[in-house]
Amino acid sequence: MQPVNAIAGRAIPFGRKNVDTDVIIPAHWLKTVTREGLGKGAFETVKKEPGNVFTDPEYAGAPILIAGDNFGCGSSREHAAWALLDMGVTCVIAPSFSDIFSGNAFKNGILTVALPQEAIDRLMEVAGTDPIDVDLESQTVTTRFQDRFAFDIDPFRKHCLLEGLDEVGLTLAQGDAIAGYEAKARDTLPFLARTPATAAWREIR
Amino acid sequence: MTTKPRTLYQKIWDAHVVDTRDDGTSLIYIDRHLVHEVTSPQAFEGLRAAGRTVRRPDLTIAVPDHNLPTTARKDAAGNVLPIDDPESANQLATLKANAPEFGIRYIDATDREQGIVHVVGPEQGFSLPGATIVCGDSHTACHGGIGALAFGIGTTEVEHVLATQTLLLKQSKTMEVRVEGKLGAGVTPKDVILHVIGVIGTAGGTGHVIEYRGNVFEEMSVEGRLTVCNMSIEGGARAGLIAPDETTFAYLKGRPYSPTGADWDKAVAWWKGLAADPGATYDKSVSIRAEDIQPTVTWGTSPEDTSAIGGVVPAPESFADASKRDAVTHSLDYMGLTPGTKLTDVEVQNVFIGSCTNSRIEDIRAAAEVLKGRKKADNVKWAIVVPGSGLVKEQAEAEGLDRIIIEAGLEWREPGCSACLAMNPDKVPPGERCASTSNRNFTGRQGPGSRTHLMSPAMAAAAAVTGKLTDVRELV
Repeated sequence: MQPVNAIAGRAIPFGRKNVDTDVIIPAHWLKTVTREGLGKGAFETVKKEPGNVFTDPEYAGAPILIAGDNFGCGSSREHAAWALLDMGVTCVIAPSFSDIFSGNAFKNGILTVALPQEAIDRLMEVAGTDPIDVDLESQTVTTRFQDRFAFDIDPFRKHCLLEGLDEVGLTLAQGDAIAGYEAKARDTLPFLARTPATAAWREIR
Repeated sequence: MTTKPRTLYQKIWDAHVVDTRDDGTSLIYIDRHLVHEVTSPQAFEGLRAAGRTVRRPDLTIAVPDHNLPTTARKDAAGNVLPIDDPESANQLATLKANAPEFGIRYIDATDREQGIVHVVGPEQGFSLPGATIVCGDSHTACHGGIGALAFGIGTTEVEHVLATQTLLLKQSKTMEVRVEGKLGAGVTPKDVILHVIGVIGTAGGTGHVIEYRGNVFEEMSVEGRLTVCNMSIEGGARAGLIAPDETTFAYLKGRPYSPTGADWDKAVAWWKGLAADPGATYDKSVSIRAEDIQPTVTWGTSPEDTSAIGGVVPAPESFADASKRDAVTHSLDYMGLTPGTKLTDVEVQNVFIGSCTNSRIEDIRAAAEVLKGRKKADNVKWAIVVPGSGLVKEQAEAEGLDRIIIEAGLEWREPGCSACLAMNPDKVPPGERCASTSNRNFTGRQGPGSRTHLMSPAMAAAAAVTGKLTDVRELV
């Protein structure tokens, strides 16, 4: 994963509330077996609306997206995060995010910034003409008009994003703890610890 | 061990902690992993690229469901028919190759056990009470109906679970949704959950795990509980649970993956202690009277846009929140509906009975009961019934339900996700309406330009017969 720190540039002032992952990337784009190339399908239905922000050349390649409450609700498809990345978005600012989407975004190095609606309203205004600066280290969003909004982020997520850490690798390093749990579960919860597909216990690492 | 009264969620969580970190995140062990073709290819590719293996293939099942056409899978001579869409065919072939490569049981499209992952899990006894269950699919919440902590994950997490059999999680907040009283005639589990989502909103459960409590859920069948928990995600909650009880144990006993012998006895003893302790507290509580729930349909493009069937299309101005007023204006325009129109005056051209929400045998029976001796209305151009699995299909056919459905003029199909999300050829044409038993009425969900009205199987069958949204109580 690429490390993430400062994100500066134009922001797409979308602003819509309850944007579901079917809107971010419709289901017929999910037939791919790779992570790449989904930007073409991103916001496909919105792109058909006259005057939409996604086909406006003003915002082409903008690294930031501004949305309304409950962004990324609905399906768990990680393709939503891949589609945003493929269109060049590495930061989404909204009042709130669905749980699954924010996890998927984080795992792909997309920073999700939750700010109160008043801050969103102000940033939507700025985004129409000027760039926005997001700084993860100092946890702030700033503009050249002296706006400054602080945001919260889980310390572990912040650390992983700044360092570009691979979570699978981190967990595999805890192999002994996992094996220890499995050994205990064989005695206490055998009905969960095995299935008819489980070979003899001794064959499990 | 704490003496503080614990919720069902807390008990399952506590039993699965591998390690807890200073920052409050925990490494949680995953007991069961369901894999389908759409959200897994990139996860297997990631394992291959890093030279990693699947830690517990024996706790994992792979089954194709999203892309499969629901038309015949074999010709008259028994030869397997090819899949026309090359991208779908490639994604299906990728799962079929990945599963054996990593030692995972693969259920093929032509096997009788094949079906929608969330129908297959409980049906096989693979999903068990007190287990942690994940799948790269948000409707994994479904398995909470068995009393499991089950939730959807993204593809990177699928890879994480394949490699480590764990997930790094922060504890969720808890929300109690209590429904007590007596449900009226014609009011089904689907109506209950649609009503609940209408009350709490699509973000009402965000950050929370829901526990459904009260006599209505205690008296509900396991299949009804699966329907309710399935749509927890439409209320924003990643998981929803119902405490396991004798109904659950009777449902699970003797299924292929269910524990046997001494393991079964030990399991039941543990399962009996899982229900929330008296005095357990929740971060949020919602209480609903069963008598207030009517047969329910959606009118908009968000699952919270619900109304009793006796209602009218609401006016945007009737909503207090400005952004909701905007959203409703947009969605009524998309849906082609005028405020004040009686819902029972809304005509439908398509009917879809199926999906992980409503494709089990009780759902097919409920639809057949309404369809029996009746005919599909002429204005309904396309009406399909898609069983949730090959075993549901067999059972329905053994009961003669397929004959009732076909004689009423509806099509009886092969199992899969089908028109719920239209990744396969089953699509609702642009601008047309569908009475659907699925779980999402999002813009374009059932095909570009499709207009979805969510409802129960009995209500969808009633709409098929009259050609309009209909109060099923007038037909039975």
